[in-house]
Amino acid sequence: MGYPHKPHPKETVLLSKHFGEVDARTYKGWVKRGGYEVLHQVLTMEPSKVTDVVKESGLRGRGGAGFPTGLKWSFMPKEKKKPHYLCVNADESEPGTFKDREIMRWTPHALLEGTAVAAHAIQAEVAYIYIRGEFTEPYAIMERALTEANAAGVFGKIKIHLHRGAGAYICGEETALMNSIEGKRGNPRIKPPFPAAFGVFGMPTTINNVETLAAVPHILQNGAAWYKRLALSSPKSTGTKLFSVCGHIQKPGNYEVTMGFPLKDLLYELCGGMPPGRTLKACIPGGSSVPILNREESERCLLDYEGVVEQGSMLGSGGVIVFDDSADMVYQIMRLARFYAHESCAQCTQCREGTAWATKILERILAGQGKAADLDLLLDLSENMTGKTICVLSDSCAAPIVSGIKKFGSEFEAYLSGKKHPVLAA
Amino acid sequence: MPDDVVNLTIDGVPVSVPKGTLVIEAAKQAGVLVPHYCYHPGLPVAGLCRMCLVEIEKQPKLAIACATQATEGMVVKTQAEQAKRARTSVLEFLLINHPLDCPICDQAGECELQDFTFQEGRPATRYSPDYAKRFNPVEDFGPDVLYVPNRCILCTRCVRFMEDVAKEPVLNVSERGDRAYIGIHPDERLDHPWAGNVVDLCPVGSLLSKDFLHKARAWELDKTAAVCTGCSQGCNVTLDTRENVVVRVRPRPNLEVNRYFICDHGRMNYRWMNRGDRIEAPLVRRDGELRATDWDEAVEHVATRLRGAAGRAVALVSPRASTEALFLARELLGGGGAGLDWTGAFQVVMGEEAPLPGVPDLALRAERAPNGTGAELLGYRRDYPAVLAAAESAAVVLVLDEPEVAVRTAGALIYVGTVLPEGARGAEAVLPIANVAEEDGTFVNRDGRVQRYFQAKPAPGMARPAWWVLSELLVTLRRGEHLASASAAFDVLAERVAPFAGLSYSSVGLVGQRVSVGAGVPA
Repeated sequence: MGYPHKPHPKETVLLSKHFGEVDARTYKGWVKRGGYEVLHQVLTMEPSKVTDVVKESGLRGRGGAGFPTGLKWSFMPKEKKKPHYLCVNADESEPGTFKDREIMRWTPHALLEGTAVAAHAIQAEVAYIYIRGEFTEPYAIMERALTEANAAGVFGKIKIHLHRGAGAYICGEETALMNSIEGKRGNPRIKPPFPAAFGVFGMPTTINNVETLAAVPHILQNGAAWYKRLALSSPKSTGTKLFSVCGHIQKPGNYEVTMGFPLKDLLYELCGGMPPGRTLKACIPGGSSVPILNREESERCLLDYEGVVEQGSMLGSGGVIVFDDSADMVYQIMRLARFYAHESCAQCTQCREGTAWATKILERILAGQGKAADLDLLLDLSENMTGKTICVLSDSCAAPIVSGIKKFGSEFEAYLSGKKHPVLAA
Repeated sequence: MPDDVVNLTIDGVPVSVPKGTLVIEAAKQAGVLVPHYCYHPGLPVAGLCRMCLVEIEKQPKLAIACATQATEGMVVKTQAEQAKRARTSVLEFLLINHPLDCPICDQAGECELQDFTFQEGRPATRYSPDYAKRFNPVEDFGPDVLYVPNRCILCTRCVRFMEDVAKEPVLNVSERGDRAYIGIHPDERLDHPWAGNVVDLCPVGSLLSKDFLHKARAWELDKTAAVCTGCSQGCNVTLDTRENVVVRVRPRPNLEVNRYFICDHGRMNYRWMNRGDRIEAPLVRRDGELRATDWDEAVEHVATRLRGAAGRAVALVSPRASTEALFLARELLGGGGAGLDWTGAFQVVMGEEAPLPGVPDLALRAERAPNGTGAELLGYRRDYPAVLAAAESAAVVLVLDEPEVAVRTAGALIYVGTVLPEGARGAEAVLPIANVAEEDGTFVNRDGRVQRYFQAKPAPGMARPAWWVLSELLVTLRRGEHLASASAAFDVLAERVAPFAGLSYSSVGLVGQRVSVGAGVPA
């Protein structure tokens, strides 16, 4: 964590080591902490060698999908015939996730260094860091850091641009982000073609998450073997991961633990457990888009890509949303659905209409006017919204609805039968 | 097996298609129409309505047929249970915000949302009437386009047409989620010369033509293949008639000429086809006055005049006349046995050229007549004023449906036309003919493509197609055979005029065929 609390002994602080140190934001302060040493070495290396190290390390994308980073880099054309681009996804908008924000706030140079390393690896001269529009403070910090680093000339011929989003969740989807950089409406594109062949401005492009790139210099500094050893459970999930914990929890914040760390320990030890007198009811482990875990699943869950899947959810972005026994799951799920209905880009029919329809059904249930058939209808709509659209926003809306009804069906029934007092106006 | 062809199976039907063909197009070859909304062969693929979901063997998820390329050995199942379920659900989603106002919607009867719902939609909605439907007021987009947002299914065909084909991106998708609608630039109008195509492209009744608004129900319309008479491009069109009145002109796809589009000038160029002030009986001059008569007497009257004539003969013709009529007019005055010194000319109204930037070689042409090339191939001259002057001393002047005519001649003026202009009232005989909507015929467009058009409605009164009138005159003069049809007239033309050699109505078909290259085709 590092900020606002000192790291817990069970944390493995790699990315968050300098959180809270104002001095680390400056170029001088960063260099004093060993910053940019790796970059200087990397710039003299063969790009494919850099990719090989990252591939070997087992680093996987921290934005949500968990795709192996080195493999992604290797999809870029070996022989460079067109300009290559690197896009950095700093449009962190997933409800419950706030790790990239902290990386940019405290260690802007870590991101810049990782960006330059990745750009070198994929032979890109230009990198765009696409920063969420609402991130005014991180943007200002990044801008200052970039100016200083440019003045020091550390990036060689690599040119890094900061680009601000304008407040659309969907622009965090990689192809929508590219459209947005191009000045177009942030609509996801159909794939194929994939970004490595036809990305931003139609050129070969790689897009990586902030946390992914912040980890890259550590890998090159300490070696792939060292990084691979950072795994408590599955060997396919390596390194450390920042978890943004929020909700009904004593000490919310960002916690950095080694992959495979038990969710139970994160909640009860690192975060100090539930508020007094409360017990854990549910937990969304990977940002709002993934299925909800109930208490038993949460307490069994190991925090790596495989461990969370085993419990029926996904590691996602590592945004851990905690619900104690006071939470009204129907209301919580309605809020999530409403979010997705608001943010749907309106391209795919299922998403545009389905997210809004599901929200209306949930709102009516909360108004005490739900119909017996509503739950089956919600499940059927959710199925129709899953796996059939350009991007996964629609799936993301369906995931909490399906898991919510499955695991907290009695709360829905209480509204439907009139046992629970309506919380929304009809 | 050639490398550029792939073989696949669609609903059990094997097809071979060129590499790169989309599954949705390959399916058409197998006789399968995959339901779709956003896809249109004349627009870039958007892949967003998700209506064309199909099952493809060995693929984990359903695929959209409009964005999936056919590959060797692919097995596509459009009727797989999960694919059908997915499409039914898309229809259900599309309908939750769609008003059930088909009874007052112009699109009803030719609506793709109706059609596919009928085909594979749910019998009843599960959207509770408690929930509001999206509502936005009707918007006036441009000179001929209204936008009814409540009916919009956000397929974005109109947006893509304006952006990628017209290259005037004034439309967009505004807002997000279920609040989305098609927006127009606040300072712009949808007034591009080709903007009307968005109405045809709209699969539902969301974009409407003001000209056609509430004029007819789709099922009352008779449809006839025709060629636009608006300019020398020769766009293929369909004439929609309701009780023998032309009420609408729409593009008819022809990849060689106009792809899927027509310009607004052509779209609006039909009212004259319905005009009521037509000549309905042949008129001949007796005792100094034009008197109505029957065809036998009229033909005999004109034939008598021609038999006795010697010296100069002049034909002033309309470049909107059929190739057949132009040919027979030439035969009448200049053919073997006429004994006349023949000259023919036509005049063309000129206007501004208006290209459709996204389609090569497609424009509203400056030359606002469909058959200038046909007239030239048949020896008619463009120096109309000179020929008009020569008419003064001619023995015979034949005017073929040239409305702007003002002929002074010492000889016999024979007027063959649809209406009787003031300038032709001194004619020796007036022979009423069918207009372009009332006859079969051909035009030759600027690229030398011979294209057929078909009769869409009956001619008024005793009016007959010009080819019939002129051929009857030739028969009476014993210089020709009876012709039973425009097709027969074309056969004679093809026999006698070199560039048309080898062509016939059946070979020209519905998409047209070029006249022989090097045989005097104007560049």
